[in-house]
Amino acid sequence: MKIRRCRGATVINGLTTMITETLSSPGIESRHSMTRVFLKWGALTALVGAALYLILALYAQREFVFAMLFLVLTASAVAVFVSKKLYAHRYIFPAIAGMGLFVIFPLMYTVGIGFTNYSASNLLSFEQVQENLLSRTYQSEAVRYDYQLYKTDEGYVFWLEGEHQNLTSTPVNLEAGERSAPVLPVSGKPQGEPLSIREIIQLRGQLSELTLITEDGRELSQASLRSFAAIHPQFTLHDNGSLTNNQTGVTYFPDQETGFYRDGDGNALSPGWTVNIGWDNYLKVVTDPSIRGPFFEIFVWTLSFAVATVVFTLALGLLLANLLQWDQIRGKGFYRTMLILPYAVPAFISILVFKGLFNQNFGEINLVLEGLFGIRPDWFSDPALARTMILIVNTWLGYPYMMLLCMGLLQAIPRDLYEASAMDGAGPVNNLFNITLPLIIKPLMPLLIASFAFNFNNFVLIALLTGGAPDIIGASTPAGTTDLLVSYTYRIAFQDSGQNFGLAAAIATAIFLVVGALSLINLKLSKIKV
Amino acid sequence: MAMVEPRSTKYRVLASHLGMLAFIAIILFPLLMVISISFRSGNFASGSLLPENPSLEHWYLALGIPYTGEDGVTTQPPFPVLLWLWNSIKIAVVSAVLILALSTTSAYAFARMRFAGKGFVLKSMLIFQMFPPVLSLVALYALFDQIGNHVSWLGLNTHGAVIVASLGGMALHIWTIKGYFDSIDRSLEEAAIVDGATTWQAFRYILLPLSVPILVVVFILAFIMTIMEYPMASVLLVDTDKLTLAVGAQQYLYEQNYLWGDFAAAAVLSGLPITVIFLYCQKWIVGGLTAGGVKG
Repeated sequence: MKIRRCRGATVINGLTTMITETLSSPGIESRHSMTRVFLKWGALTALVGAALYLILALYAQREFVFAMLFLVLTASAVAVFVSKKLYAHRYIFPAIAGMGLFVIFPLMYTVGIGFTNYSASNLLSFEQVQENLLSRTYQSEAVRYDYQLYKTDEGYVFWLEGEHQNLTSTPVNLEAGERSAPVLPVSGKPQGEPLSIREIIQLRGQLSELTLITEDGRELSQASLRSFAAIHPQFTLHDNGSLTNNQTGVTYFPDQETGFYRDGDGNALSPGWTVNIGWDNYLKVVTDPSIRGPFFEIFVWTLSFAVATVVFTLALGLLLANLLQWDQIRGKGFYRTMLILPYAVPAFISILVFKGLFNQNFGEINLVLEGLFGIRPDWFSDPALARTMILIVNTWLGYPYMMLLCMGLLQAIPRDLYEASAMDGAGPVNNLFNITLPLIIKPLMPLLIASFAFNFNNFVLIALLTGGAPDIIGASTPAGTTDLLVSYTYRIAFQDSGQNFGLAAAIATAIFLVVGALSLINLKLSKIKV
Repeated sequence: MAMVEPRSTKYRVLASHLGMLAFIAIILFPLLMVISISFRSGNFASGSLLPENPSLEHWYLALGIPYTGEDGVTTQPPFPVLLWLWNSIKIAVVSAVLILALSTTSAYAFARMRFAGKGFVLKSMLIFQMFPPVLSLVALYALFDQIGNHVSWLGLNTHGAVIVASLGGMALHIWTIKGYFDSIDRSLEEAAIVDGATTWQAFRYILLPLSVPILVVVFILAFIMTIMEYPMASVLLVDTDKLTLAVGAQQYLYEQNYLWGDFAAAAVLSGLPITVIFLYCQKWIVGGLTAGGVKG
């Protein structure tokens, strides 16, 4: 130790001399620092400019939350890199900003969504919904023209026959992508033969996008293969915020409680917009039987799964670690490498391997079981068996980690304790419960809690192995008997019809609380000093 | 050693050996089975652990080479496995480099400097580290959707998004590196600073060269963790050509399109390098892992 430090010190002395020598040549230093200052401010200005552009663009699109997020980020970046007082914070800023942007902000955003009805049916903001509805059009029944199409050298010419007047268009080059053309009143048909219906059908793509504009500015669009009709806006906006459907005459009022336009009878107009609905999502979890039942079942299974995993992996890991610590055993290196193999193989591969091996029809496990005992268990369609399979796979995946932990801790136990107990005639079981466990349980506790929290949220295992199957009967949201709370939340948010982001976020918030509590306990237990 | 030994020790040692060998046989069964299956012909073939008439058809397909069987029928590779592996490696290397650079500088500040809110930030990082990103996927999706409208290479369905998103998980690495820095005597750097070196120079020329071992560990850990990341990549990436291995591999085992044999070859091909890296580095990695409990 002494020698090492001495050598270190010499190296350092040499280094510092080198550094100070470089720094003390005056000419180089001043020129150098001028360029550096210039570079520093240039880079800062460019970055701030880019950030401000992003913020303004977001603001213009009414994405206030995101504009705010980037404003805070940019402001703190500038503060940290300009202020001399915050020098230390320059080192930690990128890491903290990364966590803030990709962990803390999404977390808060999710908690926020939990209080809204954000879902596939209420995806947009109120302004976007209004814009969407006001841009809708319908075709008039009253103003309608039968048409014929003539091909000329300059393009296609429309001949429209109406009740009061006949119109003809300037030549339109449909093939070149022209999408609008004026039409004028005339008395005589164009020369030549009109196109046949078959030729018109071949042009239907271009025709459906074409708008013909009359002298008084009215727009006509294709209504059928034989007719063009005037386009009217579907809705008219009134000063009190209500919308009237010009076609049916029904008036819809905005309902800010549920995020829909509704008529007098309560019929809703789709799409809806996102509104704050307070604690409704949480109430739904507690009161709606088609959600409460599955939620409770999944919650209990999640807890039992996490506890069982920790117990099984710890028991197996501790046993193996004890065996590997035993002086009488030879070939420890070989055993150790073989035993940690499940840990070394990437989890996403080994989980899929098990999915194939457990396959009910062609899986090797059922082939072996049938050969030996004549049984073919339904690993994926029977809830109890599916859960058993998940525990088997997760124990396989997790025991090497526990074994490695225990091996480290066992090495710290003084040997003479076992020597003394052997003198007293104690066996291995006595040793385990009276010496080993009491001594390792304290340092092991935080790691066990971390393992519990990890497995409580073991999304990858469920997503890749069963996907939650078999399904719970009578659930209104996607829910399976092997789903953990996380995969349940994921399915509510991202699977098929529902896409109920609000409900998913509410459940996610509940899980955040559980995880937060666990990690606080962990922090207390491990007595971390900073 | 003057250990007191009961007479039955010999039998117990023998029993332990037998027990462990039996256990290892069970544990290794799935892995050996996959290797065996990758050499069987067809996707539904059954057989013994040693294939009777081995075929390389799945290996051809996994390597992206069309395979022509004895019956003259040519099969095209179902998925671009090598491209997925390349995507995974590309993403993992870039994010491991970024994570290493950013967490080393942060760890330096946490280990050596005094500033307001240090303890609070360190503890909060440990707590936030535990929140699974799966739960805030809706928010992350919205975030990258917004960013992508203005910065296209960071939007949805880009590797940039996956790389940047992986920066959220730096707390663990900061703690690992900080722990190592704490164990290095700080008088060396103080001496350098007394001689006129700046803080940055003390960090760059004195502390960093002394910390190479932990930097290697953190790099490998970050690399492996990014390769194995599934939930975020599964939501952010859409196109088949852009998928990472972790997201793409499951497409082999859909009920409607069950390619068990092809999967086996692809799994061995892509899993082997990662397994070998892990086993080779295990004695360094284990120390880093016990600090956080990231797996199992």
